[in-house]
Amino acid sequence: MNLLRRLSRVPYYALLIVEFIFKKLVFRCHMCGQCVLQFTGFTCPMRCPKQLRDGPCGGTRENSHCEVYPERKCIWALIYSRSRFLRRTRKLEVIQFTIDWRLENTSAWINYFSGRDGQREFKRNLRRRRNLPPSERQP
Amino acid sequence: MKASSNLENVISSGAFAVTGELGPPKSVDPDLVRKKARLLKGFVDAVNITDNQTAIVRVSSMAAATIVLEEGAEPVMQMTCRDRNRLALQSDILGAAALGVKNILCLSGDYMTLGNQPDAKGVYDIDSIQLVRMAAKMRDEGKLLCGEELKNTRKSEVLPPRIFLGAAANPFAPPLDFRVLRFAKKIAAGADFIQTQTIFDLGKFKEWLSRIVDAGLHEKVAILGGVMPVKSHKALIYMKKNVAGMSIPEQLIKRMEQATERKAEGVKICVEIIQRLRELNGVRGVHISTVEWEKVIPEIVELAGLLPRPSFAKGAIAESPSS
Repeated sequence: MNLLRRLSRVPYYALLIVEFIFKKLVFRCHMCGQCVLQFTGFTCPMRCPKQLRDGPCGGTRENSHCEVYPERKCIWALIYSRSRFLRRTRKLEVIQFTIDWRLENTSAWINYFSGRDGQREFKRNLRRRRNLPPSERQP
Repeated sequence: MKASSNLENVISSGAFAVTGELGPPKSVDPDLVRKKARLLKGFVDAVNITDNQTAIVRVSSMAAATIVLEEGAEPVMQMTCRDRNRLALQSDILGAAALGVKNILCLSGDYMTLGNQPDAKGVYDIDSIQLVRMAAKMRDEGKLLCGEELKNTRKSEVLPPRIFLGAAANPFAPPLDFRVLRFAKKIAAGADFIQTQTIFDLGKFKEWLSRIVDAGLHEKVAILGGVMPVKSHKALIYMKKNVAGMSIPEQLIKRMEQATERKAEGVKICVEIIQRLRELNGVRGVHISTVEWEKVIPEIVELAGLLPRPSFAKGAIAESPSS
């Protein structure tokens, strides 16, 4: 029975590996298991050394580089310029849900469709906000 | 009144608020904290107690804040997301409130590699905006982040921490548009006051402030502009080179270099910046931080014409300063 149970996990891990390779190559994924790429200009905020999900810290250098790694560009500067290019800056205006660390190293795709990550509530907030007049919109 | 702290009283009374900064010692030396607290008492409305600033190990901010409270001054306890997860942060908010701390400033925290423990594991469980929101939820709803109520037994009453919540803003770091957006997010999270990064470059600060005022955000939150007296032009050059997120104009460095009395010139520049800030619409106070030079703060406050500080009947800093 044990073997059967293990075999039943094979499709999950196969998907996990495919997801990992794809996202690592394309987005330099950190496998937090709760993707927010669609809100952050398709740039992973977990690449930030402080893993900030709500915007840049106060340490961005004058040339938009990171305070921790002076040779790298601030991830949030990238997120902002890409969001502007894709006209998705409104998605940055809502405060992100806190990370659920139990989901680390699990499949974000499955978590998305099963609703295990915090995205449903976040999306509800986004929708609620969209229906309001601009003056009443709160992050 | 959310916390009826002295700082909140001053800000809501419409007076120009002044906060100072006190760096806890790198050794077990409570007398140093006491000495600095006595020095600042009566000259500032509240004293910021830094939380292992620049990622260097020091006496914890909660312990130092307690000592400051004993001296009769009012602390603003700084909290960073670098060292604690959400569990420890929430318990420290409760603990600080239980000890009588009424102001908390929420920060992301300087990264570990910039300090003396570069090999440490960073926590960054939640970010500073989420920390503000969490603390505001504890205060306003009486609930923890997970949704549980703040009470001991099912029948006992909910006792939320009564705290005045602060956050930081950097007007100088790019991208400017995003800084305004992030500022709005911090207000929505529940911040009551904002302390800005140290201002040397007034032009850039005004540009940022005009964006904030255009968005009407200055009415929702009290902005305290950060200022810092420097001892020499070398300190400015060092900051320009090594401290990220600072903007220091060349002419200021030149002015410091050409001055004969450099320390006095540093104080003069600081006072000038405070006076310029007072004229601006949207700035409701200043935050004076120093690098181990707390004893100059009373002089700056006096020269800037900000004395006497308003006192409130029940406020912690009701007595007049003893010289």
